Amino acid sequence: MAEVSPTQEVGFVELDARPDIERPRAPAHMIGDVAQDLGLWERLFGKTWVRRALVLVVLGIAWEAYARYAGNELMFPSLSATLDAWWQGMRSGVLISSVYGTLQVLLLGYAVAVCISVILTTFAISTRVGTDVLATMTAMFNPLPAIAILPLALLWFGLGVTSLIFVIVHSVLWAVSLNTLTGFLAVSQTQRMVGRNYGLKGVSFVVKILIPAAFPSILSGLKIGWAFAWRTLIAAELVFGVSGNSAGLGWYIFQNRNALETANVFAGLLTVIIIGLFVEGVIFRTIEAATVRRWGMQS
Amino acid sequence: MDQSDVSLAGLREPLLAVDGVTLQYATREQIVTATHRVSFDMFERDRFVLLGPSGCGKSTLLKSIGGFLKPVEGEVRLNGKRVSAPGADRMIVFQEFDQLLPWQTVLENVIFPMRATGRFPRSEWADRAAAAVAKVGLSKFADAFPHTLSGGMKQRVAIGRALAMEPQVLLMDEPFAALDALTRRRMQQELLDLWAEIQFSMVFVTHSIQEAIILANRIVVMTPHPGQIIAELDATDFNYDQSGSDEFVAFQQKINDMLFGHEDTAHG
Repeated sequence: MAEVSPTQEVGFVELDARPDIERPRAPAHMIGDVAQDLGLWERLFGKTWVRRALVLVVLGIAWEAYARYAGNELMFPSLSATLDAWWQGMRSGVLISSVYGTLQVLLLGYAVAVCISVILTTFAISTRVGTDVLATMTAMFNPLPAIAILPLALLWFGLGVTSLIFVIVHSVLWAVSLNTLTGFLAVSQTQRMVGRNYGLKGVSFVVKILIPAAFPSILSGLKIGWAFAWRTLIAAELVFGVSGNSAGLGWYIFQNRNALETANVFAGLLTVIIIGLFVEGVIFRTIEAATVRRWGMQS
Repeated sequence: MDQSDVSLAGLREPLLAVDGVTLQYATREQIVTATHRVSFDMFERDRFVLLGPSGCGKSTLLKSIGGFLKPVEGEVRLNGKRVSAPGADRMIVFQEFDQLLPWQTVLENVIFPMRATGRFPRSEWADRAAAAVAKVGLSKFADAFPHTLSGGMKQRVAIGRALAMEPQVLLMDEPFAALDALTRRRMQQELLDLWAEIQFSMVFVTHSIQEAIILANRIVVMTPHPGQIIAELDATDFNYDQSGSDEFVAFQQKINDMLFGHEDTAHG
């Protein structure tokens, strides 16, 4: 076989030439509308809240229909009976004071957890050992259900708000820290160098560069933490009820179950759902719209 | 510039002195030598281009001038003072578009380094930033967030942000490499126009021979493994208008031969 590469042997053979073609541009007014408006239905359906509201309506109808078909108010009260019980509870003030008691403890625990998380992650990001410590601790404690350490909390802090706060902090802290740390570590090298180029170091570097750059992760950590806090608190209240001087929602649900007031149980659960939807759909959504969406960091 | 200054150029104190700098960085498995005892002097108002193929250590060298990487041997001096940490007297323009902070508008991005370093009195920030944004032709977009801008516009903001700080030297790390060819060409001309207007000093890293010749008054040619400087060339005779001329092509060919030897005639 010859030691010559095939391209050298064959050479480069050009294709047959064809004449150039040039066309005049069509004037803009001849083409018609470049953009057209959508119809009313298409526009309504394009809105997230309309579609979600529709889902809620369908679920509500299904609930009502099944409850009427089953016809057992003790086991499965209808939507209308539940709404009635809910309204009665609100009017008498029992439900409101339960919600108030629960939210008070919840917000306190959540705030404490977020503060500790800020300190922990700032420490963790400043040194490599700190990162290892926090990563190990989140790996250890994040899978540990908060309710499982409630007996310990009762032993240490007694029957009261402190125990509840302790378990809430436990359930929120690791979720928020894990997401924040992951977010910090994912901040692009370029943005880090931009910050350091201006001489930013330590806390001011964390506050001015890392936190805003990692905000999408931090926000999702806060959302997860909020959901964990809710679940933990309702569950803890179901177990021992009284938090300080006012009983919470979990206690309200537990008591009504004992009294076989099933509609009230449903009303309590409905309240948990309503508050959850409000926090997710209004509070967190507003924060997202004002931050990560506006900045183009999340679509 | 006075004629006598030119003749004294050799005696002037350099603005930036890179003196026998060896740089190393660690990967997971090994320590890599990025540059080996490289030296050059850069003077005020120079458009100083570091040119070389990928892996020649030019970007690493720029990071070291920026204060991000300590030399294992030799030192970098700015106005005779050893560079030991990052600082806003050496503003950097990066290649990546995400160098603009996405949570700030164009104007806020330009103000940010002033706020972070406390440079200039607070009352001047807004005016200085607006002037810088106007200078790069983006006044209409002053209140826009970066994600709504094109790549070329983002790089313009980054250049405006750096120049607004009036740094001693502007460090540019392949700022046009991620742009399309047409935008890139326009940005090169705009950068030269800006230089004609304010006469800033810059170190510009590129792997494009053509870009180097057009932008530079002085070109440092580097070869890889490890990075070394093989030539420092004067390029004051060339700009865009000559880019088709015989002299330009010959100069381009000369650099190409230095980098790749005679057998390879590719350029760009």
